[in-house]
Amino acid sequence: MTPDFTIPQITISVLLPALIVLGAGALVLLLDLVPPRDSKTHLGGVALAGILAALLATVWLWLRGGDERAFRDMVLLDGYALFFDVVICYAAALVVMLSMDFLGRTGGESGEYYALVLFATAGMMLMASAGDLIVVFLSLELMSLSLYVLAGLFKTRLTSGEAAMKYFLLGAFATSFLLYGIALIYGATGSTNLDRIAASVAAQGGDPLLLIGLGLLLVGFGFKISSVPFHMWAPDVYEGAPTTITAFIATGSKAGAFAALIRVLTVALRGVQADWSALLWGVAALTMTVGNVAALAQSNLKRMLAYSSIAHVGYMLMGLVAGGAQGAGAVLFYLLAYTFTTIGAFGVIALCARAGEEAVEVGDYAGLARRHPVLAATLALFLLSLIGIPPLAGFVAKFYLFGSAVRAGYVWLTVIAVLNSAVAAYYYLRVIVYMYMRETEGEGVAVAPSLAGGLALAIALVGIVLLGVAPAPFADLAQAAVAPLLR
Amino acid sequence: MTPGLLSAVTFLPALGALALVLVPRRLDVVHRAGALAVALLTFLTSIPLWIRFDGARADFQFEEVARWMPSLGVSYHVGVDGISLLLVLLTTLLTPIALASAWRAIEDRTKEFVVTMLLLETGMLGVFVSLDLFLFFVFWEAMLIPMYLVIGVWGGASRIYAAMKFVLYTMVGSALMLVAILAFYYQHGAATGVYTFDVPTLARWVLPSGLGQNLMFLAFALAFAIKVPLFPFHTWLPDAHVEAPTAGSVILAGVLLKMGTYGFLRFCLPFFPDATLHFAPLVFALAVIGIVYGALVSTVQPDLKKLVAYSSVSHLGFVMLGLFTLNQQGLVGGLIQMINHGLSTGALFLMVGMIYERRHTRLIAEFGGLWKVIPAFSALFLVVVLSSLGLPGLNGFVGEFLILVGAFQVSGWLAAAATTGIIFAAVYLLWMYQRVVFGEITREENRRLTDLCPREWAVLAPLLVFIVWIGVYPAAFTGKTEATIAALLAQVESKASVALTR
Repeated sequence: MTPDFTIPQITISVLLPALIVLGAGALVLLLDLVPPRDSKTHLGGVALAGILAALLATVWLWLRGGDERAFRDMVLLDGYALFFDVVICYAAALVVMLSMDFLGRTGGESGEYYALVLFATAGMMLMASAGDLIVVFLSLELMSLSLYVLAGLFKTRLTSGEAAMKYFLLGAFATSFLLYGIALIYGATGSTNLDRIAASVAAQGGDPLLLIGLGLLLVGFGFKISSVPFHMWAPDVYEGAPTTITAFIATGSKAGAFAALIRVLTVALRGVQADWSALLWGVAALTMTVGNVAALAQSNLKRMLAYSSIAHVGYMLMGLVAGGAQGAGAVLFYLLAYTFTTIGAFGVIALCARAGEEAVEVGDYAGLARRHPVLAATLALFLLSLIGIPPLAGFVAKFYLFGSAVRAGYVWLTVIAVLNSAVAAYYYLRVIVYMYMRETEGEGVAVAPSLAGGLALAIALVGIVLLGVAPAPFADLAQAAVAPLLR
Repeated sequence: MTPGLLSAVTFLPALGALALVLVPRRLDVVHRAGALAVALLTFLTSIPLWIRFDGARADFQFEEVARWMPSLGVSYHVGVDGISLLLVLLTTLLTPIALASAWRAIEDRTKEFVVTMLLLETGMLGVFVSLDLFLFFVFWEAMLIPMYLVIGVWGGASRIYAAMKFVLYTMVGSALMLVAILAFYYQHGAATGVYTFDVPTLARWVLPSGLGQNLMFLAFALAFAIKVPLFPFHTWLPDAHVEAPTAGSVILAGVLLKMGTYGFLRFCLPFFPDATLHFAPLVFALAVIGIVYGALVSTVQPDLKKLVAYSSVSHLGFVMLGLFTLNQQGLVGGLIQMINHGLSTGALFLMVGMIYERRHTRLIAEFGGLWKVIPAFSALFLVVVLSSLGLPGLNGFVGEFLILVGAFQVSGWLAAAATTGIIFAAVYLLWMYQRVVFGEITREENRRLTDLCPREWAVLAPLLVFIVWIGVYPAAFTGKTEATIAALLAQVESKASVALTR
């Protein structure tokens, strides 16, 4: 038997958005070597231009329509991938804009920073396009390795080093689980390609090997999206990492991981949906409850938002449990809303400093409304959106998500979720209490004026209001985006 | 039918608030006067609703429908009927009064205050005019935050605790209501093939009775019972009322509590008729307990504002009693009593606020002999107290009488138990009045009190007009509601699987 070897068809356009981002990253590295050496803000501009170019390419591909697949179905370019490309590009662009002044102020400015952000972005985008478990793994690593370094950016700060170390060790541990899961699934089905796994599962059903592989895969993804019980790293990493990177880990990396998770589960493992949805039911309920209860006790804003983001992962998993176009579409919309809101909240924190340090204690924000009314109102709106107060994005996102769960018959899971949202109101509102109802003690928070940062916050703010008031077109896009998965 | 009138009334305050946001902070007077002007303009705009509303018709009037989220069946659908018309007008009347009462009382961050109050007004109006469950829920949740800020920023010493308690209580209730809304929506959709949040459409559909209907009723009822507040969900109310600034208390008592009773009337009765009948005895029991308990607790309050706050628990018990009698007199009485409570208790809070501004205390023991010093205040206070305890000829009597007539048809014992509440009301209100106004002047500070100023006259006069008007000629108001109530009862009867006792 002669080995059947053909050169796979190479279609560059499938990789276009990710390639643009990677190219911009390489360009940033090159430009880092030439003057001016003392300021690197212009590299942020290059990075931003790269991301915007990728965004334009994505929109162009979207308008052109049609699904493309290349490299022997390893990389897919469908509406689903493009939707995530847009979300991830927005997240990356806002993070870069927020970083430009933040880095100069905190002394962490370097060319590598922007290059690594771009590499991580490319990793996230590829995760959404992955049609093969190997590509899932590779892109996950591309994203994770970049983020490990970024978390430790403040070399002189102990917490930053701790964050990077913890993130790296636990992340590496999780990745090995993922890889082991992939190996077992390959053993059970004879393929790493999502479609061929699906065909094999449909033909032979779920054998124990496949189910063990599924479990290990979920462990690996569980770490990446920080679902309970694999969430322990999140608070420490969120606290120690530079705030802008925290925002990126909380949004972009979650979007990427969810993109791959949803595709793997709904395409490749649809045949064993009963197994994973039962498992995820429990994980979702636990994740939202643990996240919210732990957030109640936090006085550090970054830790609080870390636990709150764990809780939001719990809500999003509900959509996966509910399944179908409704459930998956609701998760996509939720991710969009959550990305804008969370980056906005972290963005406000990134602009605030107290006595030269980052202002992260909730007490630092006492009386902020009196001294910086616009900034306080901005943070308040982001927090209200996280609670899910209409007419902001968070409310509509929750509404779609809970609606999909009720429709699929998971009423009790929804009851757990809504009670969780009510509990969550307490810790978000506590920040508003400090800002509006208490007076500043001692030296207050200093706000660094930043044009790019302010613009980023304005974009995020417009985003959450627009998604809240006129959600229909975006929700329809999310619904259309998941259609390719469910064929 | 005037297209756009209802939307204009609803969103005028919010537009005014947005305009005031752009005005610089230091122009303090512009903010106060501007907000008052916006609120008055809103009231004037709402008057045509009253004039052109046809009381003989039972359907929704001034309806407006626009597509919003068509794939879900969510639309912007507003309209008023005999139930919501009076509540809309109560809201547009009380907001300028509350703003005017705060003219001197709120000195700190006036810009934020007036903006918050105007946003609150839009939220409240939205709740009453929404004819789409999604839209209703949006307004219902959205108006929480302005009220939270009013209590928490401009309130008294333990304002933060009170504000947080208010929000968390309400949020827990409305969280479960959201699940019930979704469940009801999908059940309706699965049964009829039409997925819609449109309230009139949903109200026409008959939900099969059973556990599902009971659970949905309970989820809705919990949200509304907390807001009313029905005993034993009332514990947030004294804190919120006492800590809130006067303007906040007026709005809270006058309008916010009515959202709960309105919710029962608009959603629970037509959506879940069997469950309503099933749980009516429980509601009766809680309502009567609330009437008696609220009255007894009021009697022993040393603080004027707390006394008024607990009296609300008692009065709202009457409203709940009336609504669940499910007969014409009870429902009309309950509806009128909602308005009466808004007027009388609003006026009580205003007057308590006025003497608090003068003396910076609300303890009953600190006063006495006020008639000799400030006769005009004392006389108006007497009228308001008498209206609150239900003296014939004033508004409170009309509502309570109709409710008791309705309750008597259900059960004589029920009516008898509720009537004790009227007696207790006379006790706590008159005893309070006696200690504050009559007798000798016991505190030297009280000799220097000044009587009502023109602004305060202007604040109280409209309320007194309505207090007397409703008391003397209630038909002007009940006439707008009777057709709607009759149609609602007919709808409940046709949908319920057991007969009503009428």
